[in-house]
Amino acid sequence: MSSAPLPSKIADGSDTVLRDEVRTTGMVWLRELIRFERTRTRILSGLIQPVLFLVVMGYGMSGLVGTTAGFDFKKFMFPGIMAMSVVTTAIFSGMSIVWDREFGFLREMLVAPTSRASLALGKTAGGASVAAAQGTIMLVLAPLIGVHLTAVLVLEIIGLELLMAIAMTAFGVFVATHIERMEGFQVVMQMLLFPMIFLSGALFPLNSLPGWLTVLTRINPLTYAVAPLRQVVFAAQNMPAAARHRFPATVELFGHTLSIGTEIAIVVVFAGIFIALAIRGFSRTE
Amino acid sequence: MVAGGGASVIEVRELTRRFGQFTAVDGISFDVSEGEVFAFLGPNGAGKSTTINMLCTLAHPTAGQVTVAGFDVAARPKAVRRNIGLVFQDQTLDEQLTAQENLRFHAVLYRVPSGEVDERIARVLELVDLSDRRYDLVSEFSGGMARRLEIARALMHVPRVLFLDEPTLGLDPQTRALMWEDVLRLREESNVTVFLTTHYMDEAEYADRIAIIDHGRIVALDTPVALKAAIGADTVELGTTDDAAAIAALERAGYRVEAVAGGARVFVENGENAVAALIETAGVPVLNVHVHRPTLDDVFLHYTGREIREAHAEAIPARVRAWHGRRR
Repeated sequence: MSSAPLPSKIADGSDTVLRDEVRTTGMVWLRELIRFERTRTRILSGLIQPVLFLVVMGYGMSGLVGTTAGFDFKKFMFPGIMAMSVVTTAIFSGMSIVWDREFGFLREMLVAPTSRASLALGKTAGGASVAAAQGTIMLVLAPLIGVHLTAVLVLEIIGLELLMAIAMTAFGVFVATHIERMEGFQVVMQMLLFPMIFLSGALFPLNSLPGWLTVLTRINPLTYAVAPLRQVVFAAQNMPAAARHRFPATVELFGHTLSIGTEIAIVVVFAGIFIALAIRGFSRTE
Repeated sequence: MVAGGGASVIEVRELTRRFGQFTAVDGISFDVSEGEVFAFLGPNGAGKSTTINMLCTLAHPTAGQVTVAGFDVAARPKAVRRNIGLVFQDQTLDEQLTAQENLRFHAVLYRVPSGEVDERIARVLELVDLSDRRYDLVSEFSGGMARRLEIARALMHVPRVLFLDEPTLGLDPQTRALMWEDVLRLREESNVTVFLTTHYMDEAEYADRIAIIDHGRIVALDTPVALKAAIGADTVELGTTDDAAAIAALERAGYRVEAVAGGARVFVENGENAVAALIETAGVPVLNVHVHRPTLDDVFLHYTGREIREAHAEAIPARVRAWHGRRR
């Protein structure tokens, strides 16, 4: 035998070694980053939609809503648009498994002698990193809108974006493992993503909606992800009380105003549930 | 004939797979030796894919036992997968990654120790003659190059058995020949056992042994030479001015002869060497001579009752189209 000697760990059939599973997760994560970095057009096109919303809707609505103590609707929308960008990219990244299936690469992953959980976690981590990066790129627009940034605020934003990105990428992975064909992808985008964004408070305040809509917004996980982002951004702005009243950033649940800690905890719980569902979905995929 | 001739690396006993009432694989048994090139030949729906999937742990047997590289496929699927390399009919590369990135991804998932990864990448690319394309995106590869890269990838983790499911489907003849050079060379250099399915007769010729599978059963299993020898000798067909007289003369001389449309068919040991003697023995002017040596097509026809081309005629164009559509 002239080839290299059999690496001993491969020859012996020991089934699960944690370090190897972590390495697998890291590799799947790295692949997502490489692909993101390599598809610059996707990064650009990912910016177009939120910018359109911000410019068209922001300026349009600002005229209607008016300026309160120097604070306008564009500034209210800005954190919501960042969240929209993160969520859209996150769900797309998670659902890229549908593409992986279409182009065969999913099979390369599924037949590997590795745990499906490692693959699902890597896919989630990779998609979430990409989504958070995409959302963070939005910060270049902040000066144009008149949103004041500090170093601490940027770190807070990145942290909150990562959390919501993890939850929504895992959600995307879970949905993708239940979709066999590309057509299903469009349906999911129409039926799930857009309603979730519209009912999350990303684009308008949730406080004066009719009762049934209020219920929908409160069971929407995104509601609790968008609010903290807006709260940290607003906290760093010089906002008079009148403006705070006009443009509320908090969420009320059963008559109580939720603290930012509670909101984050709710998102963490949702993230946990979605990750568990994603792992289960991945494990059952053939 | 059997290369390596060592211990069995695949052992299949009474392997059966049923889908409801339909029995796709019906109690087959065979062994494959270390270092052997073993071909599974059969028409569509004969049970080829079902069998290879069970051997690769991708499908569960209904009954029977399979060990691959010493591990039971049902009890230790991950251990089996770590010791086999898989190349599927459809491409499973990430075209947005480079050749090296695809190989590295595979190395990590198959637990190649970090320190050995670079060395292995260089080695497997050399085996399939793609060293100069290491840093190129797979999207720039031709169909044949992509296929060879998949073989290289399957060898990354030093598998003991390489499974190739219709490895040359959709490739042009020249690329097919190149790919076979690769396969035979890597068998030579790394002593890996190769288990493949194919419907190309000329490819099955490269194998050390061929199993012909039909209706879920192995109907013949031997070396290409032995299979051809088993269905009979060469035949020589003579067209003469008086066939009846020729047949009578040949029979008197002790030849086994039968009348066919347009002449006499004589069964002989070595057709080409017998031609001169036959013409003389026939005693009447000979108009034409046709020597026929049994081919694997004849073997296939003999055991399955149909030509492999007609058996595959419907299925292949569709799959080849799918392959090409995906590539470009």
